[in-house]
Amino acid sequence: MRRARDPFFWGLFSAGGMLAALLLPALFLIVAVAAPLGWFGMTAHVDWLALVGNPLLRLGLFGLLFLAFFHAAHRFRYTLYDGMQLYHLDALISVLTYGVATVLTLIAAVVLATAG
Amino acid sequence: MPDTVQLEVFRYRPEEEGEPVFDTFEVPYRDEWMVLDALNHIKDHEDGTLSYRWACRMGVCGSCGMTVNGEPVLTCAAYLEAFLPGPIRVEPLRGFPVIRDLAGDLTDFIEKLERVKPWIIREETKDPSEGEYLQTPGQMAAYRRYSMCINCMLCYAACPIYELEPGFIGPAAIALAQRYNLDSRDDGAEERHEVLSEHEGIWSCTFVGECSAVCPKNVDPAGAIQRYKVDATADFFRSLLTPWRDR
Amino acid sequence: MSPQPRSPAQHVSDPIYPEAANPKYTRHHPRWHRRRIPIFWWLRKWVYTKFILRELTSQPVMYAALLILLHVWIVGRGPEAYETFVEWLRHPLLVALHLFVLGGLLFHTITWLNLAPKALVLRVGERRIPDVLVLAAHYAGWILVSAAIFWLLRGG
Repeated sequence: MRRARDPFFWGLFSAGGMLAALLLPALFLIVAVAAPLGWFGMTAHVDWLALVGNPLLRLGLFGLLFLAFFHAAHRFRYTLYDGMQLYHLDALISVLTYGVATVLTLIAAVVLATAG
Repeated sequence: MPDTVQLEVFRYRPEEEGEPVFDTFEVPYRDEWMVLDALNHIKDHEDGTLSYRWACRMGVCGSCGMTVNGEPVLTCAAYLEAFLPGPIRVEPLRGFPVIRDLAGDLTDFIEKLERVKPWIIREETKDPSEGEYLQTPGQMAAYRRYSMCINCMLCYAACPIYELEPGFIGPAAIALAQRYNLDSRDDGAEERHEVLSEHEGIWSCTFVGECSAVCPKNVDPAGAIQRYKVDATADFFRSLLTPWRDR
Repeated sequence: MSPQPRSPAQHVSDPIYPEAANPKYTRHHPRWHRRRIPIFWWLRKWVYTKFILRELTSQPVMYAALLILLHVWIVGRGPEAYETFVEWLRHPLLVALHLFVLGGLLFHTITWLNLAPKALVLRVGERRIPDVLVLAAHYAGWILVSAAIFWLLRGG
């Protein structure tokens, strides 16, 4: 089982890294900056509501968020190890980073299942 | 061009002082001199007790790797000119315990290299009278790059992870494992996987990428490690999704 | 402790019967010197600093994912909540923060795509597809996907 841990989390990390690299800049630019400031993108609530109403889009978004959370958790875990030299806290750091990613994934599942 | 150049050489003489010091030497400057030539000049004319390793002077034996102005280089292939005006600081390779002056202890690397079994492992061998194991140029191209490694350990010196996590099997050993894994004549991939798939095998690596940047033979150990991670992960998820195909 | 410079003349020692100036030294017992790694080792070289910055893009990625999730949740709570949220997003400080996060996301994308050819070795028959082509394909994919997102969220 110990041998399963590394490829499992690395798989989530790299899938999440690829999706985040391809999708997040454009998504975040519109949602967080361009649309609120009226530069570009949807501003009307009804438009967003219609989009969120699409179950396929919500499923896709769930995939992106789930993998992005685990990507960030895995990467941050290694940053703490190597950058801060906290190897002796392996168990604690693993539980905290992957734990946060798991909780956020569950929250995302509930939010996306009930939205729209 | 200057007549002389200063070298600040890392000295560690355990019988004399507990902590290392830097000795400064003024050596003649020649356009065609490498850092190794300057060290040889010091040993011949200034201080015969200076300890360091070298042999071939042509970038093949891999024994003269040192840290020059903070960068791991083969001193036989590093022109003095590149470090002008000086002083040029020469230190042993990082990551290895220092025995004396510029000579480090390389036992750890040799042990790790042995663990990945860098030789051809065959399930069935044929008698020499039956001829060679043939290979197409394409089959050779699959591993040729990794076979260029000269075990100079510059990649270990450049790798912060090896310094931080001494158990990490390290760039060259993994690249050499891949050199045999990708060889069409070899059947040892599973045996090597036992070593490589440990946490201190490929998974300690966080792809800093410096091992490939400093490699004098363009072996690209970082690429070898990433490829192995991708393959190991794909295998893992494949066996997770289709457990009936597992033996 | 960083080593102190010293002139070579000071350490003339007899090679046959070395006076052990270091009292902790026992003849024929090696005493290796091991260098300690500073906590902030990644400040030692720019490439290491760049590596740590690359790894720290995990935080902008986390932030962006959370904000997008929050956005979906707010949209579901009705027009008033949505208007308040958008008003809040227009605050100059948040705009500045979000531009910074966007910078982090772009740094992640560029570093990630640049390293992709190292991990992905594609072959046609026995010939390896050159790294430049793999790289170009990734960037083309990024542009295509971004264009699709812009089209999907284009608004009236």
